[in-house]
Amino acid sequence: MLRFLFRRLLVAIPTLFLVITVAFFMMRAAPGSPFVNERQLSPQIEAVVMAKFGMDKPLHEQYVDYLSGVVKGDFGPSLKYRDKSVLDILNENYKVSLILGGVSILLAAMIGMSLGVIAALRQNRIADYFTMGVAILGVCIPTFVTAPLLVMVFASKLGWLPTAGWNGGALANLILPITVLALPQIAIISRLTRAGMIEVLRSNYIRTARSKGLPESLIVRKHALRAAILPLVSYLGPAAAGLLTGSLVVEKIFNLPGLGKFFVISALQRDYTVVMGMVIVYALLILVLNLIADMIYAALDPRVRLS
Amino acid sequence: MIPGSPQRAELLQKAVKGRSLWDDARRRLLSNKAAVAGMIVLALMVLVAVIGPFLVPFHYDTVTKPDVWAAPGVGGHLMGADSLGRDLLARLIAGLGVSLAIGLVATSVSLVIGVLWGAIAGYVGGRVDEVMMRIVDTLYSLPFIFFVILLMVTFGRNIFLIFLAIGAVEWLTMSRIVRGQTLSLKQKEFVEAARAAGLSSSQIILKHIVPNLLGPVVVYVTLTIPAIIIAESFLSFLGLGVQPPMASLGTLISAGAQDMEIAPWLLIFPSLTMIITLMAFNFIGDGLRDALDPKDR
Repeated sequence: MLRFLFRRLLVAIPTLFLVITVAFFMMRAAPGSPFVNERQLSPQIEAVVMAKFGMDKPLHEQYVDYLSGVVKGDFGPSLKYRDKSVLDILNENYKVSLILGGVSILLAAMIGMSLGVIAALRQNRIADYFTMGVAILGVCIPTFVTAPLLVMVFASKLGWLPTAGWNGGALANLILPITVLALPQIAIISRLTRAGMIEVLRSNYIRTARSKGLPESLIVRKHALRAAILPLVSYLGPAAAGLLTGSLVVEKIFNLPGLGKFFVISALQRDYTVVMGMVIVYALLILVLNLIADMIYAALDPRVRLS
Repeated sequence: MIPGSPQRAELLQKAVKGRSLWDDARRRLLSNKAAVAGMIVLALMVLVAVIGPFLVPFHYDTVTKPDVWAAPGVGGHLMGADSLGRDLLARLIAGLGVSLAIGLVATSVSLVIGVLWGAIAGYVGGRVDEVMMRIVDTLYSLPFIFFVILLMVTFGRNIFLIFLAIGAVEWLTMSRIVRGQTLSLKQKEFVEAARAAGLSSSQIILKHIVPNLLGPVVVYVTLTIPAIIIAESFLSFLGLGVQPPMASLGTLISAGAQDMEIAPWLLIFPSLTMIITLMAFNFIGDGLRDALDPKDR
């Protein structure tokens, strides 16, 4: 296990390095500059500002400077927000994304798996048709449709929940955004679980377990589920990374101060260092979550050897 | 049975009429009610998008002051009118056309790049494969929105570049699927036969590998088109996609969400259109997968 982890980390480092390199040069190749404002800076002042951030040097030197900073854990200062470092900004905004993304993916995994198992056990009966019908709807209704519709019903018409805002993470403010984020995931997860479960329930070792006289609930929980959720595990890694780095649409509609919104604003304003910081966080999350997914996969499926 | 007897000839003729994989798949697909319904709905949608603009008495961009916020049915506006008095039905038809066109063009772009990339990586193998797939891994680890914003600011907000931008990002999964298939195809005898016949690698890839990839690729395409329609709407929702006065399903839903307190129909009709379109694609995709992949049944 340790050797596997070590080898995977060795492969992850060059990937991360490539991601940083590609993102850095793509970012710089795009026209525009962080210092172009409504108020035009005089060339002298602009030169001073550029020098202050080391942007007067040739691009490859800046790249080397940036890389050596990142290796030491220094992501540099924000080019737009005075006196704030990239880490400050990430620090201020990650909580919202973490809570929203984490809670919704966990909820979605629990609800989706339960629904998928129920549908598989009642295959081609009403419960199955009903859950899969709902799941199809969940896949087909994008978040930017569900979000305004739910706001219209539960906030504007019924007045049960606030329309938008973070409000220090109050539960009432979280319900709608989490629901919106979780619904499509529930749909996908329940479909994956159902498909896996149906396939596994037909296999020989389940027949063996049944013929031994094991109770059905034990067969489902101990024998079938383990193998049935294998495809789900590989899906959850990237899905969780996407949710944890913030869902732009949900943050925009509910006016939440999360990472996703910050990312778009920074990219549009060419706040190079902040964008790079977020790209690195995203890539790290993908790498780490995929690694975790592979380890869970191996733990669930003894045929997979980690080597 | 006597050789040369009429019965034998008859039997032979029957035997010659074998069912190909595609015949089987077509029969399975056509017996899948949801998939057939999806195809009919989709055909209707395309028809509406193409001839609809000639049937609706309004232009999607004609501003009429007295019709501002007209409710459905008022002033001849079947689906009502928006904040500028523009007919929603006309805008919806125009937007549906734009969304479908974006889905089609962007999918074609991602199809060409993804299939060629995956087939070359899988067929050539070795170091080339490693480098090509490492590039795919790297691009996977960059957020989608990052590419899109950079392409936007580099080339301006041009609708054709939106097609290209989305297609250029969506090919990654396609290339992985194709590479996996190619790896197994290349062990087959017919590829060896082609190589023995002296065909070059590029001829083998284009004439022998790619046609045999069709099954999984077709299934994935029917799932990519709705994904791209969602991606475009998502960009339009963030103000990065189709620019006014042009409409797409995304811009209409986005505008509708802003005005839903005053005019809920502006949100409801575009949302319904989007959901129905996506469902049609999903049913066709599921049906195709069942039809082309019998082991899953």
